[in-house]
Amino acid sequence: MATILLTFAALSALTPILTRWLSLRVFYVIALLPATVFGYTLTQTRAVSTGGAITESVPWIPALGISLSFRVDTLAWLLALVVTGVGALVLVYCARYFSADEPALGRFAAVLLAFAGAMYGLVTSDDIVVMFIFWEITSVLSYILIGHYTFKRASRGAALQALLVTTFGGLIMLIGVVILAVEAGTTSLAAIVADPVTGPATTWSVLLILVGALSKSALVPFHFWLPAAMAAPTPVSAYLHAAAMVKAGIYLVARLAPGYADTPGWMPVLVTLGVVTMLVGAWRSLRQYDLKLVLAYGTVSQLGFLMVVVGFGTRDAALAGVALLLAHALYKSALFLTVGIIDHRAGTRDWRQLSGVGRNAPVLAVIALLSVASMAGIPPLLGFVAKESVFTAFLEAGLAGDGWGWVALVGTVVGSVLTVAYSARFFWGAFGTRVSLADTALHPARWDFQLAPGLLAVATLLLGPLVFLLDPVLVSYADTVPGGGDYHLALWHGFEPALALSAVVLLLGAVLFWKRPGVARLQGTVPAYIDAGQGYGSTVRGIDRAAARITHFAQQGGLPQYLSTILVVFVLALGCAAFVNRSWPEEVVLWDYPGQVVIALIMGVAAVMAARVGERITAVLLAGVTGYGLVAFFAFHGAPDLALTQALVETMTIVVFVLVLRRLPQKIAQHSRPMHRRRRVLIGVLVGAVMGTIGVIALGAREAPSIAAELPRLAVEEGHGRNIVNVMLVDIRAWDTMGEISVLIVVATGVASLLFVSGRNAVVPRLRDSRKRRSLPHRRKVVADPAASSEGHAVTRQSWLLAGRTVAEKDRSIMLEVLVRLLFYPAMIVSVYLLIAGHNAPGGGFAGGLIAGLALVSRYLAGGRYELGEAVPVDPGKILGLGIVLAVGMAVVSLFFSGIPLESAYFETTVPVLGPLSFGTSTIFDIGVYLVVVGLVLDILRSLGSEVDRQQEAGETEPHPQSEQGAVVAG
Amino acid sequence: MSASLTLVIVMAVLYAAGVYVMLERSLTRVLIGFLLVGNATNLLIFIMSGRPGNAPIVTGTAADAAMVDPVPQVLMLTAIVINFGITALILALIYRSWWLARLGDEGDTVTDEHAAETVASTEESFRSVTEDEAASQEDLDASERESELGAPANAPDKGMKL
Repeated sequence: MATILLTFAALSALTPILTRWLSLRVFYVIALLPATVFGYTLTQTRAVSTGGAITESVPWIPALGISLSFRVDTLAWLLALVVTGVGALVLVYCARYFSADEPALGRFAAVLLAFAGAMYGLVTSDDIVVMFIFWEITSVLSYILIGHYTFKRASRGAALQALLVTTFGGLIMLIGVVILAVEAGTTSLAAIVADPVTGPATTWSVLLILVGALSKSALVPFHFWLPAAMAAPTPVSAYLHAAAMVKAGIYLVARLAPGYADTPGWMPVLVTLGVVTMLVGAWRSLRQYDLKLVLAYGTVSQLGFLMVVVGFGTRDAALAGVALLLAHALYKSALFLTVGIIDHRAGTRDWRQLSGVGRNAPVLAVIALLSVASMAGIPPLLGFVAKESVFTAFLEAGLAGDGWGWVALVGTVVGSVLTVAYSARFFWGAFGTRVSLADTALHPARWDFQLAPGLLAVATLLLGPLVFLLDPVLVSYADTVPGGGDYHLALWHGFEPALALSAVVLLLGAVLFWKRPGVARLQGTVPAYIDAGQGYGSTVRGIDRAAARITHFAQQGGLPQYLSTILVVFVLALGCAAFVNRSWPEEVVLWDYPGQVVIALIMGVAAVMAARVGERITAVLLAGVTGYGLVAFFAFHGAPDLALTQALVETMTIVVFVLVLRRLPQKIAQHSRPMHRRRRVLIGVLVGAVMGTIGVIALGAREAPSIAAELPRLAVEEGHGRNIVNVMLVDIRAWDTMGEISVLIVVATGVASLLFVSGRNAVVPRLRDSRKRRSLPHRRKVVADPAASSEGHAVTRQSWLLAGRTVAEKDRSIMLEVLVRLLFYPAMIVSVYLLIAGHNAPGGGFAGGLIAGLALVSRYLAGGRYELGEAVPVDPGKILGLGIVLAVGMAVVSLFFSGIPLESAYFETTVPVLGPLSFGTSTIFDIGVYLVVVGLVLDILRSLGSEVDRQQEAGETEPHPQSEQGAVVAG
Repeated sequence: MSASLTLVIVMAVLYAAGVYVMLERSLTRVLIGFLLVGNATNLLIFIMSGRPGNAPIVTGTAADAAMVDPVPQVLMLTAIVINFGITALILALIYRSWWLARLGDEGDTVTDEHAAETVASTEESFRSVTEDEAASQEDLDASERESELGAPANAPDKGMKL
């Protein structure tokens, strides 16, 4: 059965592609799957009819006792047949219902097929949690199917309504499912039902589950979503809203009834709501002029009927319930499909505009007549057999002294009278001939359009007389209900009270239909009762607005307010936790070495001043002082890698700051009111105090020995490197590094996209004839470059840098140019050395990349953006890309060797001069890291440096663009 | 494990100063706060490596016994570089918002995004859902309405492609 579900998922995923090739014929192809499963389920008949079951189980979440277990017993067998059989027929019908140019046909076909699969999973799964998952999948898929006409408001509204109502019920049901599974100690539905648990918690869980079932099966007070869902294409209504999804609630009640029908509250809830639903649905159905809505309200009514019967909890009622379930699925989907055909051919579903349809489409009329007759309970059809068994079951229960038996009997008899009336009205409305109207023109349709409803009607007709074949199988479900009984399904039971009731029902129903003008007048005089649909609307609107108001209230005051809310909660929560703490470090020393105090003092003063000064650049430099303080701590503490990286980053940060801040005003302005200063100080001090306390507590909290003890061995033996920090980065914890360089790529892309907004200017700024100028003979030549800004001075010197002359004379510094020229290549060599040596000594991809980045920064600072373009004449995105490709490539390649991503391999060789050298794949990973860091720096320079320069020179940041000034002059 | 009180105090001071600046409205200030809090957090992780020792580089000699815990160092190394990346991103944001404002430094402040919210604007954001809902209700009502005899009460399925 797991295989079947996988096939459903796979075929459904392929369906959109198939639709592109096959167009409408795709429905025939995908209908094969449910048809095959139908056939497969038929082969299980023998096994289930003896009360046995076919089971299958795949472990899934053993820790929670959840497994993908499936179990086909009689009830699941019946539902699986309905779901796959009607599903296959509806899919076949779709091929004629839609036209080839239907928008989103592929999606529709795929979702409908997936729905059939989910439904099959729902009815066959034995694990209650897995069943719930399928339950929710059907809700979501039905949302997509009801909302198929995405451009129609009504369709979207109905889809959302159905989704909200059914998932609301589902959410409540989930609580019940969890409680029940915990109480029963198993997630197996079969075990939960076979060995029922009792107690207050169980009572609550069962009632909560009933809420889910009631909402799914559209019972009062959730019934309103079903008529609204008629905005869906008719095949969807026929399948979801007659045969499959709305039966899920009925199925669940039928599943639980053998074990839990005597749960307190079960009977009052189900019988009362079921009877009310049956009456309300039938009453409203009698008023409808839209044929599809006649059926929709009729379905609501029948679902109420079904709920009373399957929930009643006696053996005979259970037997009647499953028979009625089958009968309803057959006739109701046939009727929906019939309405679809009428709609398709006549162009309307309003029966006031239809006339002579029966005369002109006799086959269709016969199909509808058989189905309607079954719905009304006319012999010898299956509907009659089912209804009679229902009356018998209730009558017996009533006579045996069960008060609810009489309630159910009276309710369903009255409901059945109304059912007869709206059934007759439906048939008369759809197929009758109205003298005032000319015969409705019908579009021609292929005969096989009627195939699906026709087969369903044949089943309705045949299963009535042949019900004795079905009886032994269904009885095997009914016998699981305690209490006993000996009723059997048959067309003829002799003259008995139920037959008389059936006759009275038919007679009264006929009278109601005969006197329909009077009934309509009576309905008009009944005041409009509370409309559940409108109630739903105002509830949802109320929740929406309340949410908006709460958000508005909680999020006043902008970022500072949010932050302080978060921080105050942080201080309170962690402060309380720290207060009750009992673990303190063994020893607290004042300082590790006296110099620490000096560094700390400098850092503290710098931090406080950084928080107070008004000039941007001063604040940045002061913040930088705290960073350099960290460098000193690291260096003295035995962390050379950190000291190196922090020093490089700190330098780079200041450069980047300067790049941006040169364009911003010097002083930080205070525009809008800041939060009160004293409050900020208070929050700051409290956060600092709490963090300090936490730091101390954390030091004392260690219970297990550090993993550090094992690391030296791992680094040397597994990682072939002596620098533990680097080996961890590129080998032991390489996944973390992979995540980190991904962040760097995102950041680089973010920076670039914030700057290159007016069209991504991907062209690297280059000098004219740059290739020619690089060649040796030309380097010595003095080139008169028009782009060069020599500001009137004769160009008499060679330049030290390629693009030196593009910088304005006043910004040029010959010292800087000479230094950069002399230091750039050594710096690059050092960066590569650090990259390679980092495995055994301080260094590595990060430090190396940062050194290379700083070398590039110097080129830019000395020679401007053309110099940067000449230094690295490629798009930084390509460097970033190459870096991540190397890193990911390493992960993928190692999969082929060891089966574990990022597992390193090593090659040892002896190289002259350098001696024995161990080169590992982790070095390739480190090169990837190196390239990503270089790419990041380059992207920052190009965005915050070159692009800002260009915008400034082009005057793009001025408040009054050139064009406006030009217009003023012209005017 | 033992702690150096000096380190803990300097960390607390960095946090306090950082949070204080972060609560202002100027984006540059927020960024200064971010730098300080970032350094303070690195220091917090750093404190977890305990007392000073030798660098975590295996030498194969007795000096290895006095090696400091390398795990916090690994965590911090990546944190330092990411801090740098995020700093650059915030700077780009500051520049962009200033550039958009084009009037000096007005763009360099955090605005209160819910200040402009009114009942009408809230209503407007739910309008679509409400109208979908009403259209669905209308379709249902149309099927019961007596007066519109003869007029199309329902758009048929096939006509929906219009």
